Amino acid sequence: MSEAVSVSHHLIARHAGSALWLARYMERIENLARLLDVTKTYAGDGEVDRNWLSLLRINGDDDEFFAKHGDADAVSVARFYLLDAANPSSVQTAIACARENARTLRALISTEMWLQINVFHARIRALGECDIAPENLSAVCAMLKEGVQAHGGITEGTFYRDQCWHFYMLGRHLERTDQITRLIDTKFNALLPDAATDATIDAGECNALLRAAAGYHAYRREHPHGYLPREVAGFLLLNGAFPRSAGLNVAQLDWHLNQLRVRYHLRNCVSALERLDDLQSMLGNQTIDSILAFGLSPFLDAVQREVAALHADIMTHLCGG
Amino acid sequence: MQQGGVLAGYDPGNWFCEMLRPGQQSDPALSLLLDRLRLIPIEALRSRAADAERDLLERGITFTVYSDATAIDRILPFDLIPRVITAQEWRILEAGVTQRVRALNLFLYDVYHDRKILADGVVPRELVLGNAGYCQAMIGFDPPFGTYVHVCGTDIIRDEAGRFLVLEDNARTPSGVAYVVENRHMTLRVLSDLMTGLRVRGVDEYGLRLHRAMAEIAPGGISDPQVVLLSPGIFNSAYFEHVFLAREMGVPLVEGEDLLVKDGSVWMRTTAGLAPVHTIYRRLNDDFLDPDAFRPDSALGVRGLMEAWRRGKVAIANAVGTGVADDKAVFAYMPRIIRYYLDEDAILPNVDTCSCAEPDGLAYTLAHLHELVVKPVAESGGYGLLIGPHASKAELEEFRTLLKSNPANYISQPMMKLSVSPTLCDDGVKARHIDLRPFAVTGRDTWVLPGGLTRVALRAGSLVVNSSQGGGSKDTWVLA
Repeated sequence: MSEAVSVSHHLIARHAGSALWLARYMERIENLARLLDVTKTYAGDGEVDRNWLSLLRINGDDDEFFAKHGDADAVSVARFYLLDAANPSSVQTAIACARENARTLRALISTEMWLQINVFHARIRALGECDIAPENLSAVCAMLKEGVQAHGGITEGTFYRDQCWHFYMLGRHLERTDQITRLIDTKFNALLPDAATDATIDAGECNALLRAAAGYHAYRREHPHGYLPREVAGFLLLNGAFPRSAGLNVAQLDWHLNQLRVRYHLRNCVSALERLDDLQSMLGNQTIDSILAFGLSPFLDAVQREVAALHADIMTHLCGG
Repeated sequence: MQQGGVLAGYDPGNWFCEMLRPGQQSDPALSLLLDRLRLIPIEALRSRAADAERDLLERGITFTVYSDATAIDRILPFDLIPRVITAQEWRILEAGVTQRVRALNLFLYDVYHDRKILADGVVPRELVLGNAGYCQAMIGFDPPFGTYVHVCGTDIIRDEAGRFLVLEDNARTPSGVAYVVENRHMTLRVLSDLMTGLRVRGVDEYGLRLHRAMAEIAPGGISDPQVVLLSPGIFNSAYFEHVFLAREMGVPLVEGEDLLVKDGSVWMRTTAGLAPVHTIYRRLNDDFLDPDAFRPDSALGVRGLMEAWRRGKVAIANAVGTGVADDKAVFAYMPRIIRYYLDEDAILPNVDTCSCAEPDGLAYTLAHLHELVVKPVAESGGYGLLIGPHASKAELEEFRTLLKSNPANYISQPMMKLSVSPTLCDDGVKARHIDLRPFAVTGRDTWVLPGGLTRVALRAGSLVVNSSQGGGSKDTWVLA
């Protein structure tokens, strides 16, 4: 017999919001590290600027970046994302915000979670100029990825799975849904001003894209005969088993919101669930071909807008605004 | 006495040493501990101390120090060599602290009701009614069980003869209890071999006891009252302790914005909407608690909270207005207050204290300034005080002027005689002064956490143990 989780324990609305944000900020750090690493690896000689530029566009950071820097190259972009605490999209900002949310939640998260975030925070704050030198960048990105993965593992193994955990997981899946659409968008749109066509995206870029999302090997298993950019986009967006696909993350959002509604009787979930329905039908009723016919970029924009609206809805109705 | 290992060359001088205890019959547990310490090479102790320090920082067992633009998380330095209290000593301390808490509560009830002690001339009327800590809104209010001081921290020192003396009562929102528990965890992590086989009383019960007291004082008729801990927020220097206590009690850690008063009752904003709150353990000063009743500019408190409390819809701990009882000038009267209400002598005597508000006290203080410690009554944390024997002539004269200009603001005490304990310092294990703050929890009855916070002045010769002034702490072992 298992002991029932007490559902009568209340969760302070503000704490629910902090849990959601904690997960989002931690996800952002891993995502940034992946993008920096893969950009560094695949920035060939002639394409240096274009690759680093696309990284800035993913995050919509072009303006912020060029206000401070001249050329977008390995060092200036790495400095912008790894060292610049005044840049709202930097890992410095993300870890500071993650830690502040963790601090708010310290009575609810496990001691191990707090300890790891605290140490990780100190590690990231100590990053300096020598860490962003091109020869050290991969090692720093590996450290960042491992830090977030350690956080994920500790969270999986120690975080008590009551309401607060569900809000944490909502944050993780919201962020992953958002991030994958941005990743696809840069490669299929920013790089190719005229609509994406198979002929203009080469294997190297497909490879980079899949590696950035940690989907390379899984994709090879699903599609052993080669790369079709169309299939790469479909895999990243819709695959039901790939941990970073929009499709899988939206399904997880649905599960967690329903748990909150059914197990914890949070009636205010209803409006978020309705919004999620829209997102699910957007993704669920489509094939990659119908999406491409609609236009990939407008579709990705629409998904991002829905994710933002869903986040706002959860914050307003469940997290005290 | 044969000494080796970390205690090689240790010399407590003329102070009472809590470890060597000259002139006392040796306690077997203490002898065993001493033998073990002698077997530890100093390098090993240093490396364990470094482990402990890193561990505290990584765990965020810190207090925050704010300067102009920066916030720095600092650890309360932890000294690994424990402070030991024998079972017999603890019986006296426990009884003495309990007695003081009873007297403080009876005094508070009296000054907010019939004021008999004032009418009988035991404590000057003006000292109480004109006191900044006296709260008009508390007049006539009856807290459950007559308990105002639900959590009390009593600062105790020990003179050359080993006599325990009370230096100060902390009856508002005393802090430091988290370090008591965390210090024990630290000992068990890095120095557990020192404790093996010794019967040391546990400190893990604190959260349960506190929660029980908070449930006892909740409004009647509620079977499972909702307790919350109200904190000023993550930027408060004691935030770690708030987290610690909320976790130990298993209750939500809330800020003012999470609570509201509606239909006369107190509610918290949850994911499921508003949920009732029955007891608030607040770590917010009186002034900030309710902008309707006190500082209108306070954004930290809850509007209407005092009214809800007065109507018995919610309980608040500690009660508002307890500052009148732990005031440094009222402190001088504590032995008389204890006798007045309990018809008993104080089990733990006060450090001799002169109130400069009284002409005799002022005259005595001015005449003996160079040998006294003079403290402003309204300050805490070791600020603004004069340590006569350590002051220069110019400093003495300057303070003399200050004192004459506002005598009622000061009390004087003889130079404190703090006991010492072997402490790991840069130049070896040295004698450093320590004090003790036991914590008493009171709902229906009083329970005292075995031991308490031992603070240590890490600077050679220093008698100031406050964390803000270079103090650290030690694990405190009460022998069973």
